Amino acid sequence: MEDKHQWPLYEVFVRARGGLDHKHVGSLHASDARMAIDHARDLYTRRQEGVSIWVVPSNAIVASDPADTDSLFEPARDKIYRHPTFYEIPDEVKTL
Amino acid sequence: MSAPAPKVDADALFRYVLRLGDLSLVLGQRLGEWVGHSPALEEDLGLANIALDLIGQARLLLSYAGEIEGRGRDEDKLAYLREQGAYFNAILAEQPNGDFGQTIVRQVLIDAFQLELYERMAASRDERLAAIAAKSVKEVRYHLRYSGDWLVRLGDGTAESHMRVQSALDLLWPYTVELFAADDLDTLMAESGIGPDLSEVHSAWSARVDAILNEATLKRPADRPHAWHGKRGQHSEHLGYILAEMQHLQRSYPDARW
Repeated sequence: MEDKHQWPLYEVFVRARGGLDHKHVGSLHASDARMAIDHARDLYTRRQEGVSIWVVPSNAIVASDPADTDSLFEPARDKIYRHPTFYEIPDEVKTL
Repeated sequence: MSAPAPKVDADALFRYVLRLGDLSLVLGQRLGEWVGHSPALEEDLGLANIALDLIGQARLLLSYAGEIEGRGRDEDKLAYLREQGAYFNAILAEQPNGDFGQTIVRQVLIDAFQLELYERMAASRDERLAAIAAKSVKEVRYHLRYSGDWLVRLGDGTAESHMRVQSALDLLWPYTVELFAADDLDTLMAESGIGPDLSEVHSAWSARVDAILNEATLKRPADRPHAWHGKRGQHSEHLGYILAEMQHLQRSYPDARW
């Protein structure tokens, strides 16, 4: 299909319930933002997956370059002291 | 109600509840025909979701009708084993899908009707109908959002999309008259506080539809006298084909389950 006949792509984020973050769940095509919300509702929340939806035009997302992976992420690998694994987590804390 | 409510016998209530249920059932079945054929995958799911809401409403209403009747017919028996003449939906619901625009026009007209109907019926003296209406009105509000938005996009879209939805509107408009033409049964239900006054529903519907048509830059066709009696079981040639497809399995394999 030619590009002019294809609706723009949107990324969809759904909040599963109050207190949680919106999570990326997928993408869809829509002609405008309101249609994107409707489609997201129909595609991604039909089994009670969420209570709130964000849609973002995919071309508004700036992504890191896979070629930069080494310089961006490699340096963190040997700094394990940044992980909170030295703490004992109390049993009552469920969502840490 | 100031005057004492007239007595409603079971047969009248049975027929009235079927009117409501059949409208949802037939429209839901029609929308289901789009599955796998929609202009976009997203619309496929969108239309199917609406169809499933409508079938869900039909299940509640037909189950209730079966209990009122008290002859052991459940939702399935009523849906799959009734002849065309025993279906009481308004004829608009059975009109063909046509192109996507025509489906959307039919949807807007019926969604707005069901919205105004259920909003009022949520206060019905019949508790069961009130509960079904209160549940359904939330679904229908979304249906109208979906269909109304689409009608605005198409009506206020390209010259071609405008032309198509305007001619669909001209084609389907005459059938809307039947939705509001109150017969003895509608009047009885309104007087007994079970159903809404259809003239009230009509003016609210009219205002709502006008607002959408206005935004969609579409011209509202004139009302014409109607000769449709789907609500009494006299249908267009289309319903037979819908039922043939919908009932085929139960009729070929009675009591089949899955």
